[in-house]
Amino acid sequence: MTYHLGYWSVALYVASFFCYARILYAAHVWLERAASLLLGGGILLQYFALLERSKWIHTVPYNDLYGSMSLFAWLLGITYLGLEIFHRQRTVGAFVTFLLVVWMVLLEALAPNEVPAPPPARGPLFAFHVTLNTWAYAAFALSFVLSLIYLVQDRVLRSRRLGTPFWRFPALDVLDRMARSSVYVGLGALSLGVVMGLVWQHRLSGGYSWGDPKVVVTLAILVLYAAYLRLSRNASWRGARAALLCAMNFVIVLFSYTIVNFYFTKFHRFF
Amino acid sequence: MATPSRAERGGATKIRVAVVGCNHRTAPVEFRERVSFSPEQAVDAAGELRKRGILEEAVVLSTCNRSELYGVPWETGPAAAEAMETFFTSFHQIPREELNGRLYRWSDADAVRHLYRVAAGLDSMMLGEAEILGQLRTAYNQALEHGSTGPVLNRMFQGAIEVGKRVRAETEVGARPMSVALAGVKLAERVFGNLKGHSALIVGAGAVAEQVVEHLQNRGIGTVRVVNRSYDRAAELAKKIGGEAVAWESLASVVGVPDILVASVGGTGPVLTREMLERAIAARNGRPVFVVDLGVPRNVAADAGGLYNLYLYNIDDLGEIVEQNKKSREAEIPQAEALIAEHLAKFEAWRAAIEASSIVDDLRDNFHKHREMLIREKLAEMKDVSPDERDRIAHITEELIERVLEQPAQKMRQGGRMRGHLAGLDALRHLFGLDEEKD
Repeated sequence: MTYHLGYWSVALYVASFFCYARILYAAHVWLERAASLLLGGGILLQYFALLERSKWIHTVPYNDLYGSMSLFAWLLGITYLGLEIFHRQRTVGAFVTFLLVVWMVLLEALAPNEVPAPPPARGPLFAFHVTLNTWAYAAFALSFVLSLIYLVQDRVLRSRRLGTPFWRFPALDVLDRMARSSVYVGLGALSLGVVMGLVWQHRLSGGYSWGDPKVVVTLAILVLYAAYLRLSRNASWRGARAALLCAMNFVIVLFSYTIVNFYFTKFHRFF
Repeated sequence: MATPSRAERGGATKIRVAVVGCNHRTAPVEFRERVSFSPEQAVDAAGELRKRGILEEAVVLSTCNRSELYGVPWETGPAAAEAMETFFTSFHQIPREELNGRLYRWSDADAVRHLYRVAAGLDSMMLGEAEILGQLRTAYNQALEHGSTGPVLNRMFQGAIEVGKRVRAETEVGARPMSVALAGVKLAERVFGNLKGHSALIVGAGAVAEQVVEHLQNRGIGTVRVVNRSYDRAAELAKKIGGEAVAWESLASVVGVPDILVASVGGTGPVLTREMLERAIAARNGRPVFVVDLGVPRNVAADAGGLYNLYLYNIDDLGEIVEQNKKSREAEIPQAEALIAEHLAKFEAWRAAIEASSIVDDLRDNFHKHREMLIREKLAEMKDVSPDERDRIAHITEELIERVLEQPAQKMRQGGRMRGHLAGLDALRHLFGLDEEKD
């Protein structure tokens, strides 16, 4: 049943992508609404799929690759939809939904046949810790996409070779604001997630593992994104340089989400 | 003289539409000036066309690039267009020999297609321009208010407005800027998004700069300052646009304030140097500046284009963008034509359904006429038939006709499928002599 819901959510994401891609070519009020509704529908179906999985393992999906990636994709979709509504800007949708579709197709290909075993770490505090941190990564991924679009748009404006989608792309100012909003969401979620993780660890062991590579890299991510927010207001960094910094920061996020999880950390070794 | 109704004229069963007019392609501006209709004249002309029995429904569309009479003529064939053309020339007191092929005539589907192309901006001087749709809507609403439209033109013009909207929404025909001034403003929007509350500085008071200001103001730009070598000219333009005039000597001090800089000063060299603009960006705490250099020779130092967060476009850059856009708009024509064809098919289906339903009515009238003649003739020979039996015979023959016509009437109501059978309907009409009887 879960996989059926997963397939349906992928189908809705694909349909949403086509609508968003079409409005990049030519504006159409109904298609714009349909794109958002389809994305919302996909998110809703994926929520039920995740809920079912959570019931099996008695916590949020984080311990296996499928569950963790699925949670990430779902939070990415939610964050984007929130930003779309807040900034009233749909032209980035094609890029975000494309990312979602690729991610979800990979996910469905990886979907395990057997029901995963419940992981050892559970509880509401831990669930919030995992969800908030994954949400932060999803928000940073979104800021990465927005920053890349900013850099492309800036390059196109300077090269003066303007293609069809150029006229439909969001303005630099809008992209900048959306990227910053996304980073604000990410920083807020990550800060809260880290605090919850520390509280949870203190309850379990009575201490903190400040030396764990995952904790170190996470704190570095917090500092780098905070620096981005500060520098994006600075005279000599504002604009393309800040967008480049934002995009580069995501490399560290990817490093933390993959290499650190797989090889370095002692107690954040998921998947 | 009261206009005869359709019924009084024998219920014309073919729905005809026609257009007569001229545009920028067929007539020079001197001629178009002479044949243009003011809004009052358009109302009078439409009323007169109906009053004289030339058109049953009429709409006059008159813009700077076209003057056209649209209508549903009473007459069929070339006579209707001839009458419209005669009216057109007599209304404007133009000798017919001056026409010299400047007026075009379209009828039926071609007339509808023409109107749809006009609404879509495909027949405009500037391909895809949006203004024509508003002008068309105004002309139609005016005719509607004065009662000179009817079901046919209502359907046709409402369809045209829908086509115009769809073409602009679903294709790129009208999307990209086609003038240097608008291209500059649209590019500024790519940097700042909504221009509301942003500020602009106009350096020089040339005609193109004035156009840029107009586009900026249409988008709700905030403060506009004007700097010119002649302060009087700056003050004049500032007054006109509701801006603020600044002395030429203060240029260096005000250049760091605006988000958008438009330069169009006549002269020999750059008036805005790299150093000035560098200081301006620093004064703005690094916020981007969009600079449009409309001057020839250039008003902005070329090396300023490399400054961080400064977006510089000169007249050639904008000209090239306009050229690219023209080509892109032209590439969208087939898609726009496809939308027009779709709506034309809808109109033709509606027309076919109306015509088809009227043919059944005509057949019914024809059969009843023959039935009455036959009964009168035969019953005259049958002396022993009682009045009750006569009534029964009359009733049975009436019912027979209704039963015979029941199925065709149902099929005719399926208008969408009847469009391909229009020629067949004409044949049927000819076969039963319905045309002759109406004439």
